[in-house]
Amino acid sequence: MQSAIPRRFDASGPPDCQSDVRRSVFLPKQKSQPPSILLIVDSQPLTFEAFNVPLTGEQLGRRLRRASNTKNRTGTTMLDTELRTMIDEVKDGRMDRRGFVQRMLAFGLTAPMATQILAIGGVAMAEGPSVYKPTKRGGGGALKLLWWQGPTLLNPHFATGTKDQDGSRLFYEPLACWDADGNMKLVLAAEIPSLENGGLSADGMSVTWKLKPGVKWHDGKPFTADDVVFNWEYARDPATATVTIGVHRDITVEKVDDLTVRITFKKPTPFWADAFVGAPGSIIPKHLFAEYKGAKSREAPNNLSPVGTGPYKFVEFKPGDVIRGELNPDYHMPNRPHFDTIEMKGGGDAVSAARAVIQTGEYDFGWNIQVEDDVLLRLEKGGKGKTVYAVGGDTEFIALNFTDPNTEVDGERSSMKTKHPLLSDPAVRKALSMLVDREAVKKVIYGRAGRVTPNFLNGPEKFVSKNTSWEFSIEKASKLLDEAGWKPGADGIREKDGKKLKLLYQTAINGPRQKTQAIVKQACQKAGIDVELKSVVASVFFSSDVANPDTYAKFYADLEMFQIPMSQPDPAQHMRRYHSRNVATKENKWQGVNFPRWVNKVYDAAIDAAEAETDLVKRAALYIKANDIMMQDIVFIPVMHRLKVEACANTLRPVVSGWANETDNLFDWYREATG
Amino acid sequence: MSQYVLRRLLIAVPSLLGISLVLYIVLALAPGDPFSELATNPNVPPEVAAALRAKFGLDDPIYLRYLHWLAAMVQGDWGFSFVSRMNVDTLILQRLPTTLYVIGSAQILALLIAIPVGVYAATRPYSIFDQIANTFAFIGFSLPTFFTGLLFILVFSITLDWLPFVYSSDIKATGIRWLFEQIRQAIMPVMVLGLFQAASMTRFVRSAMLDVIRLDYVTTARAKGLGQPRVIVKHAMRNAMIPVVTLVALQMPAVFGGAIVTEQIFRIPGIGSLLISSILSNDTPVVMAVTFVFACLVVLFNLIADILYGWLDPRISFR
Repeated sequence: MQSAIPRRFDASGPPDCQSDVRRSVFLPKQKSQPPSILLIVDSQPLTFEAFNVPLTGEQLGRRLRRASNTKNRTGTTMLDTELRTMIDEVKDGRMDRRGFVQRMLAFGLTAPMATQILAIGGVAMAEGPSVYKPTKRGGGGALKLLWWQGPTLLNPHFATGTKDQDGSRLFYEPLACWDADGNMKLVLAAEIPSLENGGLSADGMSVTWKLKPGVKWHDGKPFTADDVVFNWEYARDPATATVTIGVHRDITVEKVDDLTVRITFKKPTPFWADAFVGAPGSIIPKHLFAEYKGAKSREAPNNLSPVGTGPYKFVEFKPGDVIRGELNPDYHMPNRPHFDTIEMKGGGDAVSAARAVIQTGEYDFGWNIQVEDDVLLRLEKGGKGKTVYAVGGDTEFIALNFTDPNTEVDGERSSMKTKHPLLSDPAVRKALSMLVDREAVKKVIYGRAGRVTPNFLNGPEKFVSKNTSWEFSIEKASKLLDEAGWKPGADGIREKDGKKLKLLYQTAINGPRQKTQAIVKQACQKAGIDVELKSVVASVFFSSDVANPDTYAKFYADLEMFQIPMSQPDPAQHMRRYHSRNVATKENKWQGVNFPRWVNKVYDAAIDAAEAETDLVKRAALYIKANDIMMQDIVFIPVMHRLKVEACANTLRPVVSGWANETDNLFDWYREATG
Repeated sequence: MSQYVLRRLLIAVPSLLGISLVLYIVLALAPGDPFSELATNPNVPPEVAAALRAKFGLDDPIYLRYLHWLAAMVQGDWGFSFVSRMNVDTLILQRLPTTLYVIGSAQILALLIAIPVGVYAATRPYSIFDQIANTFAFIGFSLPTFFTGLLFILVFSITLDWLPFVYSSDIKATGIRWLFEQIRQAIMPVMVLGLFQAASMTRFVRSAMLDVIRLDYVTTARAKGLGQPRVIVKHAMRNAMIPVVTLVALQMPAVFGGAIVTEQIFRIPGIGSLLISSILSNDTPVVMAVTFVFACLVVLFNLIADILYGWLDPRISFR
């Protein structure tokens, strides 16, 4: 039950709840814009056409980079001058990022585009605004966290689930993490690598991190570049059996000096912030783990008693039950942490966790509250806490099988040698996409924790396509099927050439999913499509067990619904899955992750191009194109963009990002005297 | 008698072997994968999960895995948890004190209620007291613990706000305050379990007592002029306890095994919650160890019950 439920309740919730979080929790005060910005707006009548994003993004990017990187700027256009002035103003701190973004919005650019222009213009992937208020270290009392699936181990390299990453992250830290808006935030690094500061190479082949000086492990030993290099060696050794090996085996990490490391990639890597960033990139100390690299990794005593660099020092750990920590008086960030002790309790279920936080106030924060919205609304009435939401990119979707699940070829069903007898007709796929009533799913099931979406790729903002749309219409779907030759038979079920329109629709057992299935089935029935529902225990559905026919990778059904969490604010990993080389087959023991077994050369080309593209604007355009191809072909029917839902005491001011683990920004959490 | 014990212990060996074999096969055949959580993590390529499976020997044939497990177990090596990569025995020992405290207290509470109430009800069958005791007993064992647990939480934690409903394995207070907190947080789970046990046990004690109290030797004892308390306690109860001892002995393994449902509801970090989370994450070594220890305890307590019979009723001989 617990293991495979997608941890995130992600997606793009309704704008109202998002802004609620951002404004009230993360950004209590909005800065007013400097008046100078307005003047610039008036003086420069930039036209919308000049910024037509998908077309001129690349040129714009180049021009901007030229504009900001070249010392002797000659012969620049008015546009360049104006933009450059603004970018410089942002760089010098005369204009704030928000101001810049809002100006750009006035020209018809989206906010993420504007942010991207800043990034290209040489302003580092800036840190989001910090709202941390306490002016001294400690004094916040105890912070009590309730994780209804308790962490079972505390070595980030062994973390099988996000719960383990959450637990490890209390004590261990990465070089940088992600804030609520998907901006990078520095932790152990001294500055964010950029082209400007020489941290990034122009060809995208390497990234150089400068480490914060004076950082100490909890046992007093200094944190240096050796520790970072060691983590790479440790994780990439197959004998160590880490789960982070995938991130580390294709890179090379070298020490430049005591406080500088360089990561070199095998091929141009536009998204360079994978290794050592976020909770999975947390760094363990070399001096305590060096002896336990390789086959002896399990014997390291510190697997259970972490010595990290984080805001809290380790006190006690009981797997699956409780983790305790206390304030680290030598923490490297000023005035942090706020709380004197920290406790993370595990076990139980989501509903009672919500109760313990929102209703009785026994705990301050409850993780991943996958509870129906009306239950939460009831608990919130007159309670001691509330729910908070964080927007990430997690999308619940229905995948369509492009191969035939009912014909066996060489001992393999859903074989690449077959074609789906019904779903290979685009009209059927199109009709199906019109039969998923996303608005009803949101209203009945997800409530504030979901947003309807026409896209497969729902974040970060700059990668979200604006070219797509969706609709729910049983009449239009019926008409489409009529036109394609699918005529209702005697039993009301449509058929064509003797093939009946009957589909098997499977998913994991999980309340909201079964309800969604019922909503879809009902609409399909009205349109003359017979849908048989099947639900599989989550631990089976999501398992990699080769012998089991009911896994999502085998896909022995016509439709299946699940979600793949997006764990970092970049679509590369997410979109790469559906490259045609990744189809799941018997040959690769169903380890391929392209479960719909969809093959589209244009898509492949877009993904290949995006992975090698170092121009960020062009890269974003390629991913948007990839999403659009997917939606045109109707490989997936997006059901819901899901938000992370957490329960939180009224007085607590947590910082939770949809792009990171809940504990990733723990150093910025504090409590206010009044709710 | 020592010969009897030795013989029983020897007989236990093949039955335990049989139990372990069945357990292992059932677990191996059960679908699922301890690394299924990795499969949905886009950061982790599928080969990594496959490599981990291979490294932990999950791809070996079942008989080989069983033999490995058995060989290690005989040498006292219980293996390590796939999920926490910690030794299984440490994991279990960490959970044992809480389970013993909570479930043990519940059992004691059940006995403290069941024996006096059952005996008293049997001495006055169909009296008002007996009727009331019976009614409550029926209600008690008809209500499942997951229901009474939630009911208690709603009443005592949420409405009245008297008791916490999240169990904490170590309370930070010291001295008398520690003791107070420890008792306070255990009240609800102990009540839920204890009352449930007490209900069925009361019925049991009552009927065992009723059987005995009508026998001739009890009448004889009364005829000798012995007082009621002496007749009941010394003569009737001793014999009536034989079936009760069986019942209690068979419930003792549960004291070590924990109560899965109640532990889950109150977040008690006991063996029961360890077992359920291990089953859900397909952590075979832990499930195997817990269930096997459970089997051993059942065998052991059966033996203890048999020996106790001899003490309670010298006519039962060990052969």
